[in-house]
Amino acid sequence: MNYIKKIYLAIIFLFLYAPIGVLIAQSFNASRYRGHWTGITLDWYTKLFNDDRIVNALSNTLSIGLLSAGIATILGLITCVAMKELSRKWRATFMSITNVPILNADIVTGISLMLLFMGLGLRLGYVSILLAHIVFNVPYVILCIMPQLMALDKSFYEAALDLGASPFKAFSSVVLPELRPSIFAGFLLAFTMSADDFIITHFTKGAGVDTLTTAIYAELKIGIHPEMYALSTLVFLFVLIFVVLFAINRRKLKKYEEVIS
Amino acid sequence: MFNKGLRNILLTPFLIWAGLFIFIPLIFIVWYGVTDYGGNFSLVNMGLIFKHGYLDALELSVALALISTIICLLLAYPLSLILTERQRDNTTIISLLFILPLWMNSLLSTMAWQTILESNGIINQILRLFSLPTMQMINTPGAIVLGMVYNFLPYMVLPLYISLAKIDHHILEAAQDLGANSWQTFWRVILPLSLPGAVSGITMVFIPALTTFVISALLGGGKLLLIGNIIEQEFTFQYDWHVGCALSVILMIFIVLNMLLTTAFDPLKEEEDF
Repeated sequence: MNYIKKIYLAIIFLFLYAPIGVLIAQSFNASRYRGHWTGITLDWYTKLFNDDRIVNALSNTLSIGLLSAGIATILGLITCVAMKELSRKWRATFMSITNVPILNADIVTGISLMLLFMGLGLRLGYVSILLAHIVFNVPYVILCIMPQLMALDKSFYEAALDLGASPFKAFSSVVLPELRPSIFAGFLLAFTMSADDFIITHFTKGAGVDTLTTAIYAELKIGIHPEMYALSTLVFLFVLIFVVLFAINRRKLKKYEEVIS
Repeated sequence: MFNKGLRNILLTPFLIWAGLFIFIPLIFIVWYGVTDYGGNFSLVNMGLIFKHGYLDALELSVALALISTIICLLLAYPLSLILTERQRDNTTIISLLFILPLWMNSLLSTMAWQTILESNGIINQILRLFSLPTMQMINTPGAIVLGMVYNFLPYMVLPLYISLAKIDHHILEAAQDLGANSWQTFWRVILPLSLPGAVSGITMVFIPALTTFVISALLGGGKLLLIGNIIEQEFTFQYDWHVGCALSVILMIFIVLNMLLTTAFDPLKEEEDF
């Protein structure tokens, strides 16, 4: 039985990583053409940061990701705190409103926001992409923060008030530290969603502004520049290292806790 | 925690935000969908769904989305079971490795499937190496299903995994103490408790699969059109917003139907706290 489980894991693992392996291989391929192997090169890595288009798209992706995740986290946090005080029925209603951008299809969200921006006379570009990303990021933040906030014990906050703290002081020094893990998780999830979004960005972007995903889509018909493979390989390795370090750290922490207790 | 006045002040930014960026945009879509070029009420554009091969595209989209959702469920369930078992042995890294592919750009990894599947692709080259007959895989409905399963499998695994991991050890032990064999434990205890996860997984796979236009453009070779492709073309090539919006409204009807169906089948919904 254990054997079958291991084989099953291995097959799924192969399925998930086969295309990633292909992409990494292509980033070292001397040929510009996909599926045509002519030898190993590091050229694409050295050319990567001289390509203005890619550098621009990368900086747009990063700044839109950080800004939209940051603003969504603040808006989501404020909304969560207020929602905790609502009656159960109203809270359920609010939760279903916040979930609309997640449950709705990306193509519908993208088109509807495009129509709104054009109706308002807002020029499609950086700002419209940023606003659209905040729209679909807020629900992810709320989904991360709300469960932890609901589980939080009110009496600590009330104790702080009784001891003379202002509501703001009590919130920032009692409630906020407790919520830190879920706020961080919400921010990270929002950033990831923003960086990987294509469909909504596709409809809300204007000519001349590109994020990485829309730059890649524009290249699909003419052939992807191999620098893109190099860049995504670097991003993937960066996340891999981050995740492995995180996992090792957590393990050490757990062992440490076991030793103490 | 604090008085109602402060609560309402804190709720205001979100209410304004949701009104402006969630409701008004949807009203825009519906308005364009049910009016003609002169701005008069008309269902002509909605009726177009029965013409021009649009119906074929819609049928193909529903069929492929259903097949992909079922395959995702069948693949993800054993995977999540194995991962939760391993979770108890404290091997977080393995679980993380199954989420990691999400961080690879999905457009690029879908395109990598082209390289694997095409007629001169990796699989066919391996087949040739062993002098086996080659296969036509790219530009088929099967390739689109594969792309959908690849892209959306994590959205099935995550909710399933979470609902399975939440199941209390002791419940399983109790079932065994009461004489249930491992099959009965699975069928009568684990499966019902994991249903909410499966339900949200089904929604999270079915809707993006139904509405995608990227996967079909990349793996369908531009000949197999899904409803998403047609809507996208209305906006980027035809510039016919009314038709595009009318088709989007029809898509939204399917989304709402799906949500109603899944909530109807969600046994634990009422017990959820928020």
